[in-house]
Amino acid sequence: MVGRARAIGIRLAQTVPVLIGVVVISFILTRALPGDPAVYFAGAMADEASIQQVREALGLDKPLMTQFVLYVGDLARGDLGRSLSTGQPVLTDLAMRLPASLELTLSALILSCLIAIPLGVLAAVRQGSWIDHLCRVLVTAGVSLPTFFTGILLVYVFYYLLGLAPAPLGRLDFLYFEPPRVTGFYLIDSLLAGDLETFAAALRQLALPTITLALFTLAPIARMTRAAMLQALSSDYIRTARAAGLSRGKVVFGYGFRNALLPVVTTLGMVFSFVLGANVLVEKVFAWPGIGSYAVEALVASDYAAVQGFVLAMAILFVTLNLIIDLSYALIDPRIGFDTK
Amino acid sequence: MLSISDFAVSFRTRRGEVQAVRGISFDVAQGETLGIVGESGSGKSVTSYALMRILDAGGTIKAGSAVFDGRDLAQAAERDMQAIRGREISMIFQNPRAALNPICKVGHQLEDVLKRHGRATRADARAKAIAALEAVRIRDAAARYDAYPFELSGGMCQRVVFAIALACGPRLLIADEPTTGLDITTQKAVMDLVRDLTRERGMSSILITHDLGLAAEYCDRLAVMKDGRIVETGPAAALFADPQDPYTRKLVDATPRPGASLRDLLPIEARTPLADHAPGDRALVQVRDLVKTYPGKSGPVHAVKGISFTIREGQSVGLVGESGCGKSTTSSMLVRLLDRTSGDILFDGFDIADIPADRFVRDKRRSQIQMVFQDATDSLNPRHSARQTIADPILRMSALRGAALQTRIEELATLCGLPLPLLDRFPHQLSGGQKARVGIARAIALDPKFLILDEPTAALDVSIQAVVLNLLADLRARLGMTYLFVSHDLNVVRLLCDHVIVMQGGEIVEQGPTAQVMDTPSHPYTRTLLAAAPKPPTTKTNETDTAAKSAAE
Repeated sequence: MVGRARAIGIRLAQTVPVLIGVVVISFILTRALPGDPAVYFAGAMADEASIQQVREALGLDKPLMTQFVLYVGDLARGDLGRSLSTGQPVLTDLAMRLPASLELTLSALILSCLIAIPLGVLAAVRQGSWIDHLCRVLVTAGVSLPTFFTGILLVYVFYYLLGLAPAPLGRLDFLYFEPPRVTGFYLIDSLLAGDLETFAAALRQLALPTITLALFTLAPIARMTRAAMLQALSSDYIRTARAAGLSRGKVVFGYGFRNALLPVVTTLGMVFSFVLGANVLVEKVFAWPGIGSYAVEALVASDYAAVQGFVLAMAILFVTLNLIIDLSYALIDPRIGFDTK
Repeated sequence: MLSISDFAVSFRTRRGEVQAVRGISFDVAQGETLGIVGESGSGKSVTSYALMRILDAGGTIKAGSAVFDGRDLAQAAERDMQAIRGREISMIFQNPRAALNPICKVGHQLEDVLKRHGRATRADARAKAIAALEAVRIRDAAARYDAYPFELSGGMCQRVVFAIALACGPRLLIADEPTTGLDITTQKAVMDLVRDLTRERGMSSILITHDLGLAAEYCDRLAVMKDGRIVETGPAAALFADPQDPYTRKLVDATPRPGASLRDLLPIEARTPLADHAPGDRALVQVRDLVKTYPGKSGPVHAVKGISFTIREGQSVGLVGESGCGKSTTSSMLVRLLDRTSGDILFDGFDIADIPADRFVRDKRRSQIQMVFQDATDSLNPRHSARQTIADPILRMSALRGAALQTRIEELATLCGLPLPLLDRFPHQLSGGQKARVGIARAIALDPKFLILDEPTAALDVSIQAVVLNLLADLRARLGMTYLFVSHDLNVVRLLCDHVIVMQGGEIVEQGPTAQVMDTPSHPYTRTLLAAAPKPPTTKTNETDTAAKSAAE
């Protein structure tokens, strides 16, 4: 166990160079992007002198190296700078918007797993049956429909035609107050506050974007589950288990599914990564105040501090995610030691 | 106890129905061991899976009955079968490590079975699982309980599989190739254990194997299967001594055994005289203090610990040992695919060990040293036809092109007994023996002086092994090649080699002329190896053949 704790420590230490790299690259990339924030923020009527004034105020007249040193110094103090477009410190912006994106992404992934994994398992166990075909149809539909299209379609049907869903205008209807902030996840915060009405309202707002994203992520998870299950079920140890008279449920879940989990977890990690970055379209359709739309707006405005803050936050998130996945590998499969790195 | 009659199994495939078992009948009496012997595709494993009703999807029992203890297994409901499997009839499998759930502690796998059949409760499961491990004579069973299959050796895994099979006290054990992939000493240990424990408990057993020698040693009665039919049954010794069916005779002939020569393995009509081969005096390969050390997790691993030997021109040297003894590492260093840690490899007087393995590709001696690989299937590119495979080394190492190249390829194919129309087939369209011929043709394409054969017949059926071994002997005589034959099968080495090197734990424990090492081994390890090899009963075929020949003359 000591060795394992040490191995986890080493694995954590390995993330440090990655983060340093991200800081450097995001700094250089934002500077390399076309567009001059000074011109943008000085406004359309600005003359040369006022642009220069804004530039000096932003510190953009200093050499690149000096700018970088200043940026790193601020970072070390936990100061991500101030967003020019919102006027708020970037840290505050991120703290507001990241939970919104995470809540949406996580609930979509949970919903998607709840459907995709049983579907994949059933499709593998009853290969060639109607459920296998259903799986195939869902998977094909899921990947071929772009999220903004399913999003708009769902809004049209459930909000406009049927009136079942609330207006796609953010995380909470304006009738309700934001629950007291603990985690930033409205569903959890409202439960913690014991406010079931707000919980229901937040859930209603969340439903359509969650379904939109879930439909999109269903495909890779269901496909991978089916393939991994098929492979596990054709293994020699399944034959041994059957020959020993174990019940079908035990054979399929205790022996087959546990072995199929590894590729499924890998896929989950990948899906989570790309969904977190790619849900900007869903955020736009549902006016979701998430991190994706924030980043796009910042990028358009050459809002350096905001873009760098976003990239850094995402990098930390990915690194943490990969760490969790690596650790869960070791939990699932005893053959994977940390020391094989 | 078990009575099978007119049993037939078929599989639904894309190309229609395939009959795997075509109406077989046999009985197994209480306490009897029946051996089912046959080559791949004979339907012997399918028979056992059908008995247990664990056939893969698409397989069904078409006809016949299998009455076990008054119940017809062919008709029994799935619920009843689940209670019979593991409790009344159980099975052990080939490739024991894959037969265990890789991510589950072996103790828990045992508990699953014990609990399933009501032999243990939550409270006493652990103790009973440990007792079951002790029953198969696993030392320190309590510690092994927490082991995962990957932490155990192949032999130990097979013991665990056996413990699972025995846990609920079944009355019939079906062993499906239980020792394939195990070392010869492990094979003996496992088979002895199976025999002792089934006898102690008065169990019946069915041993399914391709190894006639093994079956003869451990079974009371043998049934020989071919193409889904039983061609002959009888007591093991009688079947060996006087096979009635031509196929049984062919199998008996092809089984390597002391006293038989290479040609004796072939059917009588194919026994042309073997060309003489006499090793020269000049040393072709000299190995001096060869060492290979791998960096390991817990300190360096000494795979080869300073070995020295000489291979003379035209000589065939057998390199023998069990897995992990360093024989594969040694052959990889000799063929220059692996760099040595220290020591010399003199080839024709030149130290080729100094040339790094990745630069040896461009050395002029590359074409002189070639290799035939163990797995005829995996060592062929599945997207290359036989012709492309054979052409590959020629295109890389010589200037032969166009019509001359095609002539050369056809010449090589003819030399290796590969029919020319097969040259444009892909590996999956070729049989195991044909793939072996392609591998050999590729290796000799550049007229090498020195050929390293890494267990070239290990994956082949015994009758095909006989043909391939004879082909190798013919090629040796015709092309004057020098062989290093790496193998774990002493009986095969005896047939082909002039000189034997026995390795254990990275060291050479004994070397000398084949007859001397085999008949009067000096090292205890060599004696253990020889004792562990299954000894087929003496056959009458040799004497009758000589009698027939002399009568004809």
